[in-house]
Amino acid sequence: MLPTPSQTVGPFYGYALPFPDGGVVAPAGHPAAIVLHGRVLDGDGAPIPDALLEFWQAAPDGGREGRPGSLRRDHTTGGYAGRDGLSFTGFGRVATDADGSWTLHTLAPPAETPYLAVCVFARGLLHHLFTRVYLPDARPDDVLRRIPVERRSTLFAQEERPGLFGFDIRLQGAPHEETVFLDLA
Amino acid sequence: MSPTQQEISAEIAAQAAPTSGALHPERRYPPYRSSLLRHPSQPVVALEDPDAVELSGPVFGVTDVTELDADLTRQHHGEPLGERITVTGRVLDRNGRPVRGQLVEIWQANASGRYAHQRDQHPAPLDPNFTGVGRCLTDDEGGYAFTTIKPGAYPWRNHTNAWRPAHIHFSLFGTAFAQRLVTQMYFPGDPLFAYDPILRSVTDDAARQRLVAAYDHELSVPEWSLGYRWDVVLDGPAATWTEEGR
Ligand SMILES: [Fe+3]
Repeated sequence: MLPTPSQTVGPFYGYALPFPDGGVVAPAGHPAAIVLHGRVLDGDGAPIPDALLEFWQAAPDGGREGRPGSLRRDHTTGGYAGRDGLSFTGFGRVATDADGSWTLHTLAPPAETPYLAVCVFARGLLHHLFTRVYLPDARPDDVLRRIPVERRSTLFAQEERPGLFGFDIRLQGAPHEETVFLDLA
Repeated sequence: MSPTQQEISAEIAAQAAPTSGALHPERRYPPYRSSLLRHPSQPVVALEDPDAVELSGPVFGVTDVTELDADLTRQHHGEPLGERITVTGRVLDRNGRPVRGQLVEIWQANASGRYAHQRDQHPAPLDPNFTGVGRCLTDDEGGYAFTTIKPGAYPWRNHTNAWRPAHIHFSLFGTAFAQRLVTQMYFPGDPLFAYDPILRSVTDDAARQRLVAAYDHELSVPEWSLGYRWDVVLDGPAATWTEEGR
């Protein structure tokens, strides 16, 4: 069967898709929690304040079965319900801020799959984009090896201090600046 | 200077590819001005990794939704204004298999064409009884259903006199993260179709038709609501389906 075409997420998803603490994937107080943060930038290098990022990753033990409870909004309090704060759901969703920035609190993925899968949505983007965030010590896998060396660095987070990693997503730019995007279809 | 509709329509006509077979919009689609700085200029790299994490995906369950979430007309004390509708259909993969137990999220403008969003400042009334957000999980047949009101058309600033046809935004998950889809559902026969660069970014006529729901009189409920049917087929991932020509 032929797929339903994509359409842009538009500018008005903000009251529908993001949810409180959507970027807090790590169970509360977990000793191995890490923080990823960065900005989403356009072809002029300007921040994109209306992008939405989704993250999916294996659990530290390699599990990919996820857990429910990523996404329920509590209509009474405006907060969230459904997450027990203990399980690792593997899924996070974060809207960029007015300065294009985002933050994700998560657990480091396992060495066998040392990356987080990322899906990028934005006003102006007619079809979402997939990319990956590799942690700095990741060894080149088959996917990285297929990417020209000068572009590979766009997929690596930079450790800014222990446990804190920076990763900008540039939707458009020179070959060494523009984030490598992946076609999974 | 903001372009005129005539200028945008000429660009749309120049980009038209009625039988190209293109399945999705090109990310660079100049008639939609916001796409110009927000599309990659480098080729997207085909991922062929049978062990990719993207072949699995998040799971959802009873803790993610409540029954009330699928009825957008019952989220406030009063009844929303507008034409009550039900929207239902199935979520399938490219092999036609139902996508079960996955999250479907929708958001939309109210009957006047106004979003309950701070950045929507278009001078049409807000409806205190309508927020315009819904969600549900697909059932064992991949089915979803929402009760809502028909959204109005609304203006935007792509060009002078730009109006979006009435639409409902949909967000869908498959069983693989690689099947993720965000799209928009349109209503049959809308006179604004020809003028809208976002809809027309899907340049293949048959593909664009897949974004338009069907009015289904069998779904209409006497004295209550009009029924629309819209099925969604999720694309990808390459490793989980086989089909001629791909
Ligand atoms: Fe819209």
